[in-house]
Amino acid sequence: MSAATARQAAAPQAEPESPRPAAVEIHGAHKWYGTHRVLDGIDLTVQPGQVAVILGPSGSGKSTLLRTVNHLEKLDVGHVSINGELIGVRRHGDRLKELSERAILAQRGRIGFVFQNFNLFPHLSVLDNVAAAPAATGRRSKAEARELGLALLARVGLADKADAYPRQLSGGQQQRVAIARALALEPGVILFDEPTSALDPELVGEVLAVIRDLATSGTTLIVVTHEIGFAREVADLVVFLDEGRIVEQGPPAQVLDDPQHPRTREFLSKVL
Amino acid sequence: MKEPPLPVRPPVGRPVTEDTRPPGDQPRSQPGPERPLAAQRVIPLRHPGRWITTVVVLVLVAQFAHGLVTNPFYQWGRFQYWFLRPVILNGLVITLEVTALSAVLGLAGGVLLAFGRLSRSPILRAVSWTYVWLFRSVPLIVVLLILYNASALYRTLSLGIPFGPGFVHFNESALATDLVVATVGLSLNEAAYASEVVRAGILSVDQGQHEAAASLGLPKGYQFTRIVLPQALRAIVPAYVNQLIGLIKGTSLVFYVSLLDLFGEVQSMGSTYPGDVVPLLMVATVWYVILTSVVSVAQFYVERYYSRGALRTMPPTPLQKLRAGVRDLRERIQLSRTVNG
Repeated sequence: MSAATARQAAAPQAEPESPRPAAVEIHGAHKWYGTHRVLDGIDLTVQPGQVAVILGPSGSGKSTLLRTVNHLEKLDVGHVSINGELIGVRRHGDRLKELSERAILAQRGRIGFVFQNFNLFPHLSVLDNVAAAPAATGRRSKAEARELGLALLARVGLADKADAYPRQLSGGQQQRVAIARALALEPGVILFDEPTSALDPELVGEVLAVIRDLATSGTTLIVVTHEIGFAREVADLVVFLDEGRIVEQGPPAQVLDDPQHPRTREFLSKVL
Repeated sequence: MKEPPLPVRPPVGRPVTEDTRPPGDQPRSQPGPERPLAAQRVIPLRHPGRWITTVVVLVLVAQFAHGLVTNPFYQWGRFQYWFLRPVILNGLVITLEVTALSAVLGLAGGVLLAFGRLSRSPILRAVSWTYVWLFRSVPLIVVLLILYNASALYRTLSLGIPFGPGFVHFNESALATDLVVATVGLSLNEAAYASEVVRAGILSVDQGQHEAAASLGLPKGYQFTRIVLPQALRAIVPAYVNQLIGLIKGTSLVFYVSLLDLFGEVQSMGSTYPGDVVPLLMVATVWYVILTSVVSVAQFYVERYYSRGALRTMPPTPLQKLRAGVRDLRERIQLSRTVNG
């Protein structure tokens, strides 16, 4: 609390409200690309404030699963809900109907998403990248959005880069800006899609440090990654995915150190 | 020949000894065979062929320029007489009017067509594609002449319910002045090409940008105007300026629908004063060159604006280049003074 009040003194109006950590539930998720089955009946519950790490070989459906959580990918069967609210669809009798584009955008505005390739807007300054969403969605005034942006850039250690353009930054710095941009949504959950896979090895640490900091702040995080050490350190829940199915899930001590399924063991022996 | 590279400036305030001098700063007369090979400056390859070609080209250019000035065929005195004549300037105004109107209308149509091509509706895609296919297939002059004669095909134009009663009626021959026919013809043609330019620009924006904008929940209009379009314009501007320059010159065809633009006036004056045909054509040439030059200069600054963030450093403006050049020259002079003195 004292840290929060200290920060509040620095930026009175723009301090991000501490949003309630969200519970994410995925029920019976199926998805096909043509005849190829990407997700094959996934049920997953992430409790509020939990850090879930999704592991698995490439092509196992990790990224697709993550992208269904904010409806960047549509499920063919099944549904996702955050704090009990269905994402991308609404109940219509006993069926699910897709929401309007506007409603989906409004839902996404409360879900942080961090991409493997950062996907910062190259023509906007770092600060404008971060402040764009709160201002454009009308949630904050322009001045408030700027203040919020500066506070968040300070939080990821990039206050001095506010006026730089993304391409003038290193990969690690760009990814930290992308995290600040996701935080500007004041999200209850943040989704990370291989956030360190596009980085030079020596830059991985700075990004993981920021995510670690978020993990202790109580926001729900779902992270797709290959960083096993990071998973062991911060994850509350490790999920191992293979061929669109959850093979094994549980606390890291169980899944990483004492895997039950041969497929998990095989994978871990390769990446460790 | 190429001047030898400038010596590196010796550190100020310290006596220059043999050891502090950078490699290659040795006087040429004593290459010092005792120096290790690794410390030798590499002698760049000479290109005598390049120098010979340069001299030949310079001579040819000089010859052409000399001919341009001295050949009585050009009648520069008559050129001067015609260049700012009101009749020519009137034509120039028409050219500018037609260009500006068709550029704006053509671009607007092009944007709509591009949206059609990128739409998820197969009907809209097909209609846009067909339009572009048709107008790229028919020569502009044919389009203009068809429109010119169209008042015979469509006597009246009505605004109202499709296939139903009309509320407002226009007599087309009153509506279709020469300026309107010319502008409509050029705009229809321009829209077909502009749509491809715009579509290419939109497609050039990385898919990740669309995803990032969507994942932030940015409103749809904001996504397009603030995220996609500014990045698309980087690709659109050079191609569209190309298109615009084509349009400026393409307006010379409106002469055939009896609109007297710059070229039209030059033609009609030329037939009245047959002796002045060449200077009149030179007048048109110079005016068209001036118009395209203005557009090219504008292009440089517009492109520079939209390259924000795409380049780590902005390309220098001509003024900045000039300043840097002067600064460089001054430093060179100063350097040669210190070296010699």
